[in-house]
Amino acid sequence: MERLPLHGIRLLDITVVWAGPFASMIFGDLGAEVIRVESVTTPGHMTRGHPNPPPNVISSPRGAYYVDRDPGERPWNRYSYFNFAARQKLAATVDLTKAQGREIMMRLIATSDVLLENNRNSTLKKLGIGYDEVRKVRPDIIYLSAPAYGTTGPYANFKGFGANTEAVVGHTWLRGYPDADPSMTFVVFHSDAAAGASAVFALVAALEHRRRTGEGQFIDMSQAENMIPHLTQAFMDYSMNGRSQTSLGNRDTAMTPQGAYKAKGEDQWIAISIESDAQWAAFCATIGQPSLAKDLRFKTVIARRRNHDELDGIIAAWTQQHDAYKAPATLQAAGITAMPVLKYEEAHYDPHLTERGFYELVAEPDAGVHLHPTRGFRLSETPIHVRSPGPMLGEHNRYVYGHLLGYSAAEMRRFKEEKHIGKRYDAAAMTVGTS
Amino acid sequence: MTASLLSGVRVVDLTQGISGPYCTKLLADYGAEVIKIERPGVGDMMRSRGPFPGDRPHHETSGLFLTLNTSKKSVTLDLKSETGKGILRRLIASAEIVVEGFRPGAAEALGFGPSAVREMNPKAVMTSISNFGQWGPYRDYRVTELTAYAIGASMHSTGVPELGPLKLGGTVTLFQAGNLAAAVTLATWYGVREGSPGQHIDYSIMEGQLASPDRNGQCLLGIAYSGDSAFRRAHSRRFTLLPFGAGPCADGYAHFTAAQPHWWSRFCQIIGHPELIADPRFAGPNFYNMDMFDAFDAYFLPWILSKTKREVMEGCPDVAGTPVNTMEDLFNDRHFRERGAFAEITHPIAGRHTYPGAPFRPAKAPWKAAPAPTLGQHNEEILCERLGYAKHSLVKMAQAGVV
Repeated sequence: MERLPLHGIRLLDITVVWAGPFASMIFGDLGAEVIRVESVTTPGHMTRGHPNPPPNVISSPRGAYYVDRDPGERPWNRYSYFNFAARQKLAATVDLTKAQGREIMMRLIATSDVLLENNRNSTLKKLGIGYDEVRKVRPDIIYLSAPAYGTTGPYANFKGFGANTEAVVGHTWLRGYPDADPSMTFVVFHSDAAAGASAVFALVAALEHRRRTGEGQFIDMSQAENMIPHLTQAFMDYSMNGRSQTSLGNRDTAMTPQGAYKAKGEDQWIAISIESDAQWAAFCATIGQPSLAKDLRFKTVIARRRNHDELDGIIAAWTQQHDAYKAPATLQAAGITAMPVLKYEEAHYDPHLTERGFYELVAEPDAGVHLHPTRGFRLSETPIHVRSPGPMLGEHNRYVYGHLLGYSAAEMRRFKEEKHIGKRYDAAAMTVGTS
Repeated sequence: MTASLLSGVRVVDLTQGISGPYCTKLLADYGAEVIKIERPGVGDMMRSRGPFPGDRPHHETSGLFLTLNTSKKSVTLDLKSETGKGILRRLIASAEIVVEGFRPGAAEALGFGPSAVREMNPKAVMTSISNFGQWGPYRDYRVTELTAYAIGASMHSTGVPELGPLKLGGTVTLFQAGNLAAAVTLATWYGVREGSPGQHIDYSIMEGQLASPDRNGQCLLGIAYSGDSAFRRAHSRRFTLLPFGAGPCADGYAHFTAAQPHWWSRFCQIIGHPELIADPRFAGPNFYNMDMFDAFDAYFLPWILSKTKREVMEGCPDVAGTPVNTMEDLFNDRHFRERGAFAEITHPIAGRHTYPGAPFRPAKAPWKAAPAPTLGQHNEEILCERLGYAKHSLVKMAQAGVV
């Protein structure tokens, strides 16, 4: 087995929700040892879920995140919301609100290369494990903080999730149905994906700097700022022309017509982009209406844009008679850009993904054996597989406390009594809802 | 003393469009030398895509191209000609990273497939960014932003039932592919320095989305766990009493991502209704009771409708309330201004403009974006000064259409 690219790197993961855990999962995929640091006294509802989810949560749409819609004895280990990004990690627990907890954490930091966190900016500083404290025990640590708005400036300590940063940088306004208000857009989480990817990039660039100079460093990442270049067209239109763009819905200024069209069957849709006049002519031929290509109402991009509503009717009349999977294949064969609007159920059985082995069987002790979605990249010489499943809460305490930090069995028993070490959330944390 | 994090790292960039160039832009802005190979006379197709200053198309002033290609060097080469191939072989031999975004199979046809590159440079990391990966049933399908998002599986559950699936803004899906491909490329390259082999990375835009934390990974594993999806267009996007999503406020729209029970009391305080904290209608498991949402909104809606976007931003630091900003709002926001989140860059033809700034800020070496290159701007520097071609051979190559 060849050496994975990040072999030998130890990353401490004090991350929450989605962006941070995604970044540490990629680090784990690429060979780093990732240790998640959690707490049995302070459960992260937005990370491992409600520690004691009430029946109305389980029967709600979010219940679908649980194995068989059954939270079981330890719901926090059976939650796909967390487990999807938990592979390749170890999990330890420590109560960082106590002095002893901080001391344990500092010993762990002293053995580590990287600390990754995406909490509210003030959180780790209040716990005495901000960069300035941490560098005293590990001068060459690479420490990345990725709060919503960065670690300086007026909003530095504002709470925010990925969906908040998308609203602030303009994405929420730029997507949506053209004639409907933004409350109809649905919440999306693109910013989490973007922040996770950039955090990996940033940490590796800093590892290279350390390799060259021996120096560690602090990296300030604003999830909002990281998202801005993803909106380049709208950003530069304002910058160059003072124009604040609004949403085009599914349409495009150059690719016309473009849209999602109803197909045969319940809630089945086909996405079509006509990229050129040649594609338009091919499309007309494929749907059996070659004369449409010569119709002056639709001959040019400008004409098609002007008569888009009418075109949508013509296209939908055809798509509604066709299968959402088969019609795009027919259109693609004629050089036309079309794909099914995939449902999650269909993606689970998609032939392309199946043939490429995109899903991997993973056995998790508290969740069972399932096909997990893996990753968008494959390495030719060091193929990546799931080496370890998502860890149960506190699963690797013995390794971390005993093996890495050298605590004795007696000390570990004491840490268990003091609620540092544990595999279940503390009873006081199990309250249901408001109280 | 290193000038920037990645100074000295040589990258040959055979991409155009959005995903590939965003991948190499990240490398270039943090210090790598990125040599962008463009088609003589034409260049990257994004040169013809707007926005343009004053809406006047010009192949050196596209705001999209200029942003995607900051800090790079442009060399024009006809890769169908033997001379062009010979030059590219020499560039690859001295590079550490090669990124390409051709249709699958096209790099091989030109003589620059993964195995050929490996022969030219066994330690190189080569990244191929494609729609569906280098093999498999969908390999040759075309995609655009819309159709890529459609097959990436989150579109179906985005929007409301009656209006149909809804795409994201702009081309964020294609940007994200480049963002993650850059991270994996850099990590793999770092591994080579530490003793891992040079290798080829097959990046699939479709699979990158399906394994993404934008809810796809969570929902796909959810399907495996329970057979059901946590997200559908028909679902309420809200799952607790507290607001989750965008809605109207006094002068526009505001977005909340508030969903945690321990935020309940502070939220009631902020909206001026502390008496609700202990209200039995909302206590205990009723925090998750969808039948009680309207009862709570009777207090929340009058409050939010009396607040401006700015008041929401400034007044809700503890409960994740934010304005739904336009680009104009973003440009004028005091936080981003104060942090210097935007970059002023002067380009010889396009002039001075404001660009998106650093995606993250390493303390030891700042992000720095130089203007994007004009088409073939670095031909002489790379071909004559670096590779030693005489200036008169450059003229001959230009006459033959090779550069």
